[in-house]
Amino acid sequence: MGLIFRLAWRNLWRQPKRTWLTIGAMLFSNVLLIFMMSLQFGMYGLMIENTLKAFTGHMQVQAEGYVDDQKMRQVVPDVRALASTLREELNSENVAARARGFVLASSEERSYGIAVLGVEPAFEPVVSSVPGLVKQGRYLDSYDAAEIVVGAVLARNLKVGLGDEITLLCSGLDGSFAATVVNVVGIFDSGIAELDRSIAEIPLGHFQDVFYMEGAGHEIVINAPDVEQAPALEARVQGLLPAGKDLVVQDWNRLQPGLKQAIQADMSSSFFTYGILVVLVSFSVLNTQLMSVLERTREFGITMALGLKPQRLGWLVMLETCLMGSIGVVLGALLGALLTSYFSSNGLVLPGMEEMAAQFNLPVRMYPRITLLSLLAGPLVVFSFSLLAAIYPAVRLRWLQPVQAMRAA
Amino acid sequence: MTIAVKCIELCKTYRQGDTDIKALDHLSIDVETGGFVCLSSPSGGGKTTLLNAIGGLDKPDSGEVWVSGQRIDQLGKAALADLRLREIGFVFQAYNLIPVLSARENVEFVMQVQGVSTDERRQKSQAILEEVGLKGLEDRRPAQMSGGQQQRVAVARAVVSRPALVLADEPTANLDSKTSDALMDLFSELNERHQTTFIIATHDRRVMAHVPRLIKMLDGRIVDDIAQTPV
Ligand SMILES: Nc1ncnc2c1ncn2[C@@H]1O[C@H](COP(=O)(O)OP(=O)(O)OP(=O)(O)O)[C@@H](O)[C@H]1O
Ligand SMILES: [Mg+2]
Repeated sequence: MGLIFRLAWRNLWRQPKRTWLTIGAMLFSNVLLIFMMSLQFGMYGLMIENTLKAFTGHMQVQAEGYVDDQKMRQVVPDVRALASTLREELNSENVAARARGFVLASSEERSYGIAVLGVEPAFEPVVSSVPGLVKQGRYLDSYDAAEIVVGAVLARNLKVGLGDEITLLCSGLDGSFAATVVNVVGIFDSGIAELDRSIAEIPLGHFQDVFYMEGAGHEIVINAPDVEQAPALEARVQGLLPAGKDLVVQDWNRLQPGLKQAIQADMSSSFFTYGILVVLVSFSVLNTQLMSVLERTREFGITMALGLKPQRLGWLVMLETCLMGSIGVVLGALLGALLTSYFSSNGLVLPGMEEMAAQFNLPVRMYPRITLLSLLAGPLVVFSFSLLAAIYPAVRLRWLQPVQAMRAA
Repeated sequence: MTIAVKCIELCKTYRQGDTDIKALDHLSIDVETGGFVCLSSPSGGGKTTLLNAIGGLDKPDSGEVWVSGQRIDQLGKAALADLRLREIGFVFQAYNLIPVLSARENVEFVMQVQGVSTDERRQKSQAILEEVGLKGLEDRRPAQMSGGQQQRVAVARAVVSRPALVLADEPTANLDSKTSDALMDLFSELNERHQTTFIIATHDRRVMAHVPRLIKMLDGRIVDDIAQTPV
């Protein structure tokens, strides 16, 4: 192998310009792939964290079927007690009970259909970012006061301000007519139009009174320290649920099906672009190796005449490609990591991302996240495809006739 | 006396446009082990074609080629490559060195493919390069050597691993008479000492005079087979 290796190495530097050009193509695509994938993974991570942090949480305890139907009577009984048990058992404050209903909210001038949430004012700020986004007034502070916090867009639509009254009309748990008048104590502004337009929060105790809930609620939001740890926590929570009450734990993917779909759609469209890049690089390798094999017809003829089997010449061509590819991977990973880590600490603003940013509550400045996957996936794919591209020039050597080859110029 | 090379009724025809060129025309020849034979012909007489057939580089259209008691004209590529690697040393008409390897590495190439150890290779290549008068040029690449020097590297490469049969095509083409005599002396010595069989194609009268058996060819046929006393 020493001989073949030496031949391969020297052959590469016979045409240093061409070799560097090919390595350059590999290098460029490797750096680009590393950077883009790190950026994407960083963005997906933020997208998931931010979306879930706003509201949904990493998981929720609900009555079975509630996630699909959202019927008023699909309740979690004794929701406060269960939430507090979970808080104790999990030894975590990241647990909050909620009830949820659809109401007609009326001010003096207008009416809108909105979702109203009954929340535990003491714990809601731990699981949701909405309480922290109250820009005017304050967040709820009493467990059963007739108070409401509304989104900025809703406040504008209803033409209400702090201290104004809103009437909520709805049907209670038993189907009877229910109504209450609440005082606007706070207005939040999340920047997510959907949230700011259609959500309002009132204390859980008051919610239960108005809707005749008899202590029941609809969901208990639970957060893990981060998304990666959610599945383990979910298994624990599952074990803590009281038997026989048809309660289930729904993970974030079930609660926010659009999120994963958006990520997958974005991934498949970008992987298509990456695929084209890889194919282009492969063709450049194919071209280089074909040319270099053609140029060396004569000396390949000599080595075969001296008794080298065509198979070993094939390996020589593969090894040359392998050497170029390795240089491309090593330099590419190095440069890619450097470039990416620069932007990981300094962030970068991508034009054209504003829409997606707005939709998923993302900051406009992005921070790529280097992982082993984003660092190695691209370069290894480029490497493998380069080797694939070299197979044809390598295999062609099988048909080389030493005599004709030696006659070649 | 055993036979090293036997050719029976070899034919090889090349098409050139509308005309057929008979490079080998029902040619038969025996060369005994330890033979020292010179092929001579006007240019285009078929010498290179014959050497290629004997070395298994090219297949004749018909006829048989036997080397060391084995029929080789029907062997596969891999078997032929092995035969060349282990039994035959080639000096090609053009020097045909590997451009990215130094003189020493070119000489060691065959041994390296054979799997000879580094020390043995180094020692043998050094000895043979000295013998062909290239001491001090071991590390030059072919592009940094004259035609004659390259020719001598090619000769060194052909004989360094002591093949049973050496096929040399115009080995002295680029050499002055002194170097060419030295080369023929080296061949004679290997021939006598190791019973190496030599078949040498040449136009060079000094080479022809140097051998005990001179075969004259014309248009792919043998026209004369002369036993003579070498000078
Ligand atoms: N690949 C080929 N294609 C066509 N014709 C060929 C080929 N190889 C050899 N020939 C022809 O076959 C004949 C014999 O060629 P060969 O090379 O064996 O002659 P030679 O005796 O070695 O000549 P020289 O002394 O010039 O080297 C020539 O007429 C040559 O033109
Ligand atoms: Mg010739």
